[in-house]
Amino acid sequence: MTTIIPRVRVPATAAPGEIVRIRTLLTHPMETGRRKGPDGVVVPRWIVTRFVAAFAGETIVSVEIDPAIAANPYFEFDARLEASGVFTFRWTDDIGAVYEVTQDIVVG
Amino acid sequence: MSAQTRRKVLALGGAAVVAGLAPHVGPARAGEVDARIAAFTGGAVIGGSGVTLSIAALVENGVSVPIAFDAPGAEAVLLLAPANPDPQAAIFRFGPRAGSRSVATRVRLAESQTVRVIARFPDGRCAGAEAAVDVVVGGCVI
Repeated sequence: MTTIIPRVRVPATAAPGEIVRIRTLLTHPMETGRRKGPDGVVVPRWIVTRFVAAFAGETIVSVEIDPAIAANPYFEFDARLEASGVFTFRWTDDIGAVYEVTQDIVVG
Repeated sequence: MSAQTRRKVLALGGAAVVAGLAPHVGPARAGEVDARIAAFTGGAVIGGSGVTLSIAALVENGVSVPIAFDAPGAEAVLLLAPANPDPQAAIFRFGPRAGSRSVATRVRLAESQTVRVIARFPDGRCAGAEAAVDVVVGGCVI
């Protein structure tokens, strides 16, 4: 089975009140369930359906994902930070798997 | 075969070719797009300004197409690829830690189409933007 790897890029430090750009990518096939494999059998649907980025327990953005998002779903967005803390990035797919990664940032 | 019949047969063939090519968004998909939009907007009228959409006008390959939007002040944004078999791409909902309403992602495009984005604001107002994209090779795995 494909190895699912979450990758995030977050600055190591920021100034209070600063807006930081965050880049996230999950290596995931995003199979739509409409494609046939080399053996002619339809590859079962396997889609990342949800992504939530949070900081210190507060949501930055949550995304409801459908098959029109490309394989290896990539999201780039901004967070506003007032104090040091931990980012949590969580992806959920339709086979019930959860992929989570956390990242510290020093603000000050 | 008489000339008359052959002409009819040719005309039929021509009609079939046209029927096969013409509908970029079939009735079923158009219905789904409308339903998704209505569910998102709650029936609000979609205004013209408040959200911008950036995507290339011509892409060689529809498998992974960079796309970005900016909708200052929006609480949620709906992204649609109306001609895809599954037309809804994503709904973004912004929380208290959001630093902007500007997001970049990548979509699949099954064929050339007009991609749409609709932003919903806390006062219930909605704004839309769209961009036509020519896709040379569709993401046929869609």
